[in-house]
Amino acid sequence: MVAPTLDAQAAVNDFIYKLKRRQVEGSLVTARLTAVLLRQVISQQRLASSAPAATLIETVKSVGLRIIAANPIELTVGNVVRRVLHIIREEEASLELKSLADVNNTILSDDEESEDASSFSAAVVAAANRNVLRAPSLHNLLESLPSSVTATCNASSGGESECKSKSGEKNSKVWRLKHSVIEGINELLQEIDSYHAQVAEQALQHIHHNEVIMTCGRSHAVLQFLLEAKKKRTFEVFVAEGAPRYQGQTLAKELADANLQTTLIADAAVFALISRVNMVVVGAHAVMADGGVMVPVGLHMIALAARRHTIPFVVLAGLHKLCPQYPQNPYIFMNDMKSPSDIIDFSDISDCLDGGIGSPSLQTVNPTFDFVPPDLVSLLITDIGGHTPSYVYRIVAEYYSAEDFVLR
Amino acid sequence: MDSRRGSRFVIDPKIRQVGFVPAGCESENPNASSAVAAIANVDVNPTSDSPSPVMIPPRLADPLPRAAPLPVPSPPPRKHTSVEIPLQGSYNPTDSVLGTSPPFSPASNGRYAGVPSSEGPDLSPSFVSRASSAMEGMSLREDHLGSPSASRFATVGEYAMFKQQQPQQPATAVTKVYASSLPQEPVQSFAPVGKEDSSKPLKERTTKAERRAKQEADREAKRIAKESAGAKVVEGEARASSNVVGKASRAQSQKKDSASEKRLSAVEKASEKEKKKEIPAPRMQFDDQSRVAKAKKRALIEQTETKHRVELFRHLPQFVYGAQLPSLEAKFFHDDAMHPHPAVYQVGLQYLTGDITGGNARCIAMLSAFKELIKDYCTPRERTLIRDLTARVNNNVSFLTTCRPLCISMGNAIRFLKTRIAKLQLTLSESDAKSLIIAEIDRFMQEKINYADNEITKLAVTKIKDGDVILTYGSSCVVETIILHAFSLGKKFRVVIVDSRPKLEGKGLLRRLLGRGISCTYSHINAVTYIIQEVNKVFLGASSILSNGTVYSRVGSASVAMVANAFHVPVMICCETYKFHERVQLDSICFNELGDPDALVKIPGRKGLSELEGWSQSSHLKLLNLMYDVMPADYVSMIITELGMVPPTSVPVILREYRKDPIL
Repeated sequence: MVAPTLDAQAAVNDFIYKLKRRQVEGSLVTARLTAVLLRQVISQQRLASSAPAATLIETVKSVGLRIIAANPIELTVGNVVRRVLHIIREEEASLELKSLADVNNTILSDDEESEDASSFSAAVVAAANRNVLRAPSLHNLLESLPSSVTATCNASSGGESECKSKSGEKNSKVWRLKHSVIEGINELLQEIDSYHAQVAEQALQHIHHNEVIMTCGRSHAVLQFLLEAKKKRTFEVFVAEGAPRYQGQTLAKELADANLQTTLIADAAVFALISRVNMVVVGAHAVMADGGVMVPVGLHMIALAARRHTIPFVVLAGLHKLCPQYPQNPYIFMNDMKSPSDIIDFSDISDCLDGGIGSPSLQTVNPTFDFVPPDLVSLLITDIGGHTPSYVYRIVAEYYSAEDFVLR
Repeated sequence: MDSRRGSRFVIDPKIRQVGFVPAGCESENPNASSAVAAIANVDVNPTSDSPSPVMIPPRLADPLPRAAPLPVPSPPPRKHTSVEIPLQGSYNPTDSVLGTSPPFSPASNGRYAGVPSSEGPDLSPSFVSRASSAMEGMSLREDHLGSPSASRFATVGEYAMFKQQQPQQPATAVTKVYASSLPQEPVQSFAPVGKEDSSKPLKERTTKAERRAKQEADREAKRIAKESAGAKVVEGEARASSNVVGKASRAQSQKKDSASEKRLSAVEKASEKEKKKEIPAPRMQFDDQSRVAKAKKRALIEQTETKHRVELFRHLPQFVYGAQLPSLEAKFFHDDAMHPHPAVYQVGLQYLTGDITGGNARCIAMLSAFKELIKDYCTPRERTLIRDLTARVNNNVSFLTTCRPLCISMGNAIRFLKTRIAKLQLTLSESDAKSLIIAEIDRFMQEKINYADNEITKLAVTKIKDGDVILTYGSSCVVETIILHAFSLGKKFRVVIVDSRPKLEGKGLLRRLLGRGISCTYSHINAVTYIIQEVNKVFLGASSILSNGTVYSRVGSASVAMVANAFHVPVMICCETYKFHERVQLDSICFNELGDPDALVKIPGRKGLSELEGWSQSSHLKLLNLMYDVMPADYVSMIITELGMVPPTSVPVILREYRKDPIL
């Protein structure tokens, strides 16, 4: 295991504390902070000239595992770590491709062409290309074994050739890797930041004149989505409060301030009103690989009500919320229990609890998330477009390396 | 016709019974066939008439269909053998005790007695039709009853007198009561002697053509109002004029007829008015400008409507909360005629402030207040108790409505009360009448609420087993008693209470259960999808159950039932049958109640959250505080009533079979 530098170590610890204390909440903020932290770790990491990428992966993994463990419920942390690992792997592959091309060129220029060499190098280039492009498909999966074999052998050959070259060249190569990885992370950050705008851009495709939209709680993506649609269309919004956080009140206020016709309703009235609603739009906490979504508590009920009236249940989610995991009893393992004081004041019932007959006990249940199974989700709108839940596994395969699905 | 006749005859056991039971006397046997014809006749009619059977005022007595056939107190048959009398008389005690069939009995008697045997075939048809139509609903019955001409009415009174003169008749006393006390129905039915004689058989023959029958029915329907109105007057006269019966009743009645017809128009108007009054108007659409304006004029309290109304709910009243009180106080001591009885006033205020909530509690409070009202009531001069008391009750009800819209169970209770008042016998002294009504109210509260709750508890407890996890939503008093009872039986189970803003009624239930030593789990409605996974039974109360099986209940119940249904947890609704209603409803929007929107602003125990302070400044923001919602019948596994545990599809059956019960 490669330890990060002291500075980075401090930053990591700080972030872990924040996560543990739930001082960092909300998937967007968490994703951003995770990416920034990993960028710092990578940029400060000294890399050995031999196998710099492997070192980098090791470092990121070790840091990643720690910050994931700090708040396992915040799935975006893991997602961003996996994305960064994926970036490193991609950059490594592309660099190899480049160096191979160089080696090839030198071979071509220096020596006579031997049939063996040319065919070998051609195969290597092709394999490297595949690695870089990395469009996973059944075809690629089947070919993955030979390509990896060639990759390793060509990596060793690349190493040999590097041994011959100067040390400055080595350094520049390490530097190039680091640089391109950091570039990649910056792109990721940009993607995270622009996610709201990207999603909102699609609003006009989904919201029409005089529609009635229902949402629950407050999601920044939903706010942007509705405001974008507001620019061109007039429609009405029902906002459920979203107990126990009651952020729906905030959202309702914000929407009304933007001159959108808004009605705030209690959570209990959702079923009564859903029959007059044309679409339910909600923000997600996380999207699982099977297309199910983790959402703020209460939305499963709304999804069921929407299904009853066959009203589309649209989930807005950034790519950073996309998890490669499949949900295994998500209500228990991916949920968080909040303080009972959110739902009942102890002073209200304290007199009943002490000294009464039989000393009754009171349990309060205050979960944070609901899991909406994929069959209740009509559409997932991500920053790269709208998808059905059944397509999510494919996007997952595109954005993560299969090696990182399970971090160890 | 023949085939239909046969089939009906077999299918409808009750109707068949109707045809035969009174025919206990051999001489009536030929009637059987004509009775059957009449049955067919009756079956045609329901389609033809009664545009809105539900809205027909409950003023008329609901008779027990079973009772209808029983020939009750027999006036001395003119040309009859006396053998019959004891036979018929034997039914009397039960009838009178039950107080069920009064409206019909004199009628049937009249027929049997008064009509010579030659008219036999004539009698049973109308007789049967009356009975069966009673089952169909009051409007129908009226139709059939309407056929007799008003002119014959007088004779009933005469019969009564006649009987009095013949002390040897055992059934006299009872008969007299019936004849005199029931102003409307008994008299009508007596008629069929004269013109009908010829027309009736004719009609029967023509019923083969259904249209003809319909026409007839329609015509009759038009006449009902007149005759029922005329009945009272004529009857009164009849009593006044103690004519000898030996006189030909026909001639006399014709005289009466002309006399009564003059009055008819006035009386008719009055009865129309009364009818209108009695038609419950809970469905006033508040987006109807003209009607709202009218209602405002009549209203006791000035109410300012909120400016911020949700477009979807414009048809429902929404007033500025708390604005009623000052105007109410200002008016309280001024308008003497209008102002509510102090007890009613108190209850109204308790509704307004939310001190009394829950269908049963509100209903009991209201009935108790009406009891006080009746106790303190004295009939003004030159008025009849029935009319004036009904008007008084109406005033007080409208006061309560302005305080808070009535719930359906209260509507049913009021309907019951008014029926009782309308059915009061004119001969009763005021104090007797009052004590009678009060006793009836007590009986209603006992039978329909207390006993019913006990019965429901007994039934529902059998559904709770050791190790169960029971979920309930909000606070239903029936469910609470069920839980307490099951706990006292020593069953080991866990209770999950789900609650929702803004009322947080579950907190009260939680406190009470904890106080009794029952361990609970408490959560809010959004977490119901989480908690339902450990629950294996859901018990819910209901504000009302509508005849399409939908459950009209506290807002959120539908969501809970939906989630339970999705997770395959049985949902049991505990509801007394007096809360059942004939109305149907598909969504929660057409009919509902709007609560105070400001209740949504404050979140108890969360001082940091006050986003919505001053929300009314924003023209785009609206707050909606819905009070009820409608749970589709397919979420309901079972409805537990005092009559047993039934599926939601059985609601209309219960409504049909038990609403004829005299108590409602």
